[in-house]
Amino acid sequence: MRFVDEFRDADKAHALAARITELCEPGRQYKFMEVCGGHTHTIYKHGLEDYLPEAITLVHGPGCPVCVIPMGRVDDAIHLASQPDTIMTSFGDMMRVPGSQGSFFDAKAAGTDIRMVYSPLDSLKIARKNPDKRVVFMAIGFETTTPSTAMTLLRARAEGLENFSVFCNHVTIIPAIKAILDSPDLRLDGFIGPGHVSTVIGCRPYEFIAAGYGKPVVVAGFEPLDILQSIYMLMVQLSEGRCEVENQYTRVVPWDGNLAALTAINQVMELRPYFEWRGLGFITHSAMRLREEYRAFDAEVLFNVPGVRVADPKACQCGEVLKGVLKPWECKVFGTACTPETPIGTCMVSPEGACAAYYNYGRMNRRRVVEVEVGRP
Amino acid sequence: MSERGASWVDEALREHEEHTAAEHTAAVDQAAEHGAAEQGAAEHGTGGRPGSPSDREQQVLDRIDRARRRRPRIREERITMSHGAGGKATHTLIEAVFLDAFRNPLLEPLEDAAQLQVGGARLALTTDSYVVSPLFFPGGNIGDLAVNGTVNDLAVSGATPLYLSAGFVLEEGFPVADLTTIVASMTAAAAAAGVQVVTGDTKVVERGKADGCYINTAGVGVVEHDLAMGAATARPGDVVIVSGPVGDHGVTIMLARGELDIEADLTSDTAAMNGMIAGLLGAVPGVRAMRDATRGGVATILNEVAVAAGVGVVVKEDQIPVRAQVRGAAELLGIDPMYVASEGRMVAIVDGEQADRAMAALRAHPLGEQAAVIGHITADSPGIVLLKTAFGGTRIVDLLVGDPLPRIC
Amino acid sequence: MCLGIPGEVVEFLPDQPDLARVDVSGVRRVINVGLLADDLPELGEWVLIHVGFALSKIDESEAAAALQFLEGIGQAYADELAALAESRIE
Repeated sequence: MRFVDEFRDADKAHALAARITELCEPGRQYKFMEVCGGHTHTIYKHGLEDYLPEAITLVHGPGCPVCVIPMGRVDDAIHLASQPDTIMTSFGDMMRVPGSQGSFFDAKAAGTDIRMVYSPLDSLKIARKNPDKRVVFMAIGFETTTPSTAMTLLRARAEGLENFSVFCNHVTIIPAIKAILDSPDLRLDGFIGPGHVSTVIGCRPYEFIAAGYGKPVVVAGFEPLDILQSIYMLMVQLSEGRCEVENQYTRVVPWDGNLAALTAINQVMELRPYFEWRGLGFITHSAMRLREEYRAFDAEVLFNVPGVRVADPKACQCGEVLKGVLKPWECKVFGTACTPETPIGTCMVSPEGACAAYYNYGRMNRRRVVEVEVGRP
Repeated sequence: MSERGASWVDEALREHEEHTAAEHTAAVDQAAEHGAAEQGAAEHGTGGRPGSPSDREQQVLDRIDRARRRRPRIREERITMSHGAGGKATHTLIEAVFLDAFRNPLLEPLEDAAQLQVGGARLALTTDSYVVSPLFFPGGNIGDLAVNGTVNDLAVSGATPLYLSAGFVLEEGFPVADLTTIVASMTAAAAAAGVQVVTGDTKVVERGKADGCYINTAGVGVVEHDLAMGAATARPGDVVIVSGPVGDHGVTIMLARGELDIEADLTSDTAAMNGMIAGLLGAVPGVRAMRDATRGGVATILNEVAVAAGVGVVVKEDQIPVRAQVRGAAELLGIDPMYVASEGRMVAIVDGEQADRAMAALRAHPLGEQAAVIGHITADSPGIVLLKTAFGGTRIVDLLVGDPLPRIC
Repeated sequence: MCLGIPGEVVEFLPDQPDLARVDVSGVRRVINVGLLADDLPELGEWVLIHVGFALSKIDESEAAAALQFLEGIGQAYADELAALAESRIE
């Protein structure tokens, strides 16, 4: 597969790994956070950590849009789906996420019409084919996916569709990264930036991380060589005393992002004043909702959404895993009470959740040296 | 704003605590017996400082291992689609409900067919139900699957397939012409496989049920060799062979459902493998086990072998044959071909010393032209399947809970 | 977030300017290229596909440059290994 296989080449990986190891200062530990859940997935799926020296640790970040959806919102979605003559459409990622009374899959088993789609445009198709039903699309995702929902809404309006609406759970990445940076629990040396989000927002939004917090950022692609090269670029910056935003994924990410995509989002949506993120609490200006002009397509306006806030189970430590404070296996219920078959939290059930990735792919002991806390100013 | 919590979580935790307490008591008793001063494994780790991250991680891994070996229990109140996918949910359902109720030594191996001793003869008996949708797809129809699938279950159990039953559940309103086409396919498939359909049944259910047509089969074959086969007989040094490219059928069906709007030149690989398997068994006495790579895919079989035999299975990603188009569709949807069903492919565990002979025997048959050695059995990491990725790293291959679901993330 | 796959544009739909058919390893799907309206891809160009939309064009020269860089590192590494091996034969 072109533009894929070349970036999975094992020989080049060995060479990069050697270079990375050379750049490690003796006695120093390095911690880089990969923000995006897609990167976490790639790292585990290809066994990338095998190539890293013991001195480098990868910390998994909160960039998993499924993981950060609070249980109450899942309950709301199921409530919507359960209304008479209603079809809920959703990406596969959401199907097993537990609400307080079960997941979409459980609701489907109880008779609710919930259908999986690959694209929001497929929801439109279902709406056209079922004029006597109300079709709701469960919109999730960071800025990578938001433009697609926006374009779909623009099209729905152009066609004058009257039975289509969106339950909007799109979130934005910068507030999540800020929450990490402002957290006292974590000392990171740099960030592996989210490649596909950046095709939309560009690389400028990360400049505050380098300028304001003194951490280098490398925007990375999703093949294992992309991530390895990004780690190499971070190590080079550190060794040269630089602190910048760099773009490793130049074949796809334009520095200025995609104006058409940003325009589409802006036409249809606006920032919510605040939104609850699972594990991270309420964050201001971190999520999208439909604009007033599009209320005819807003499921939260058309339906009576209960909006009940559901507390995370006390045993659930998803929040700390999402912030990178805990590794998946350090969560007390990891792998025992909380498994992919019986998930307590979203990190275990999202296809790119850190716990799911570790449980399904990484559940083995890669001898790590004792972690040494190096005093840093 | 009111709040409410999740009661099932409390129950899961309580249950887990009870189990852990019971296991701890058992461990303490055992330790006391052996006269060791035991505070837990942490203090006596594998070379790190006491309580080092490496030890703590290992402790967690051990704990998880124990949790995985607990007696399975169904938590759901209703059957969901996951229960039919061939993964963890299916296994839990089978063990917690069916095995528990019907328990007997003939059922327990849970192989593709049961091995029976009747009079002086060794017979194999299998049963299957076919509920595929759509009924007609590129490469065949439900009838082909029904005959080939049953024949294959018998063949991988080491039996010569002889007789099939065919029970039909038909939906009111189903076109007779479609039924005729399906039955004609079954006749052709049976002839090609050298078996006969000797008994059957027909039921009709009201419009809205049975998706047009469901078929249930049973198959009987005779075991004419002395080999003792079965997943539990796999041992270190054995090789893992797959008879050809995997995932064709599953992806074909996914695309044929039409909801994904994806077109590809793919056809189902449904085929009767008994001829190929007879050739293999005739040339190679060291075949330990064979499994039909249907729902759940190759990954599921590897896990079943690892657990049944208490061995580790190591496979290499770049050795697993996958057609370019299957790979393209899988990447597009974010699913892994290792979990996708085939209907004319099998996985064989063979004595390592006879690997070359096995490969030659398979490749001599049209269905086995692209057979490949994909891995081997090891004594390390019992119960675990390890994959050496094309990138050169290592990861685990576990059972999925249900079907691989297309993802966007 | 972020399952994006590279695909080749193989056909435009005559009456639907914002739709194009892409090919991924022989598998084809119609996707929406509206997000690239300012600079529509041409036949034979590659795009990044996410949930049925093209998010970005794949810049082949940048891809080649990236690979060349990696190849360079690979070559330097291979040279070093060779030098190391040679230096031991004394």
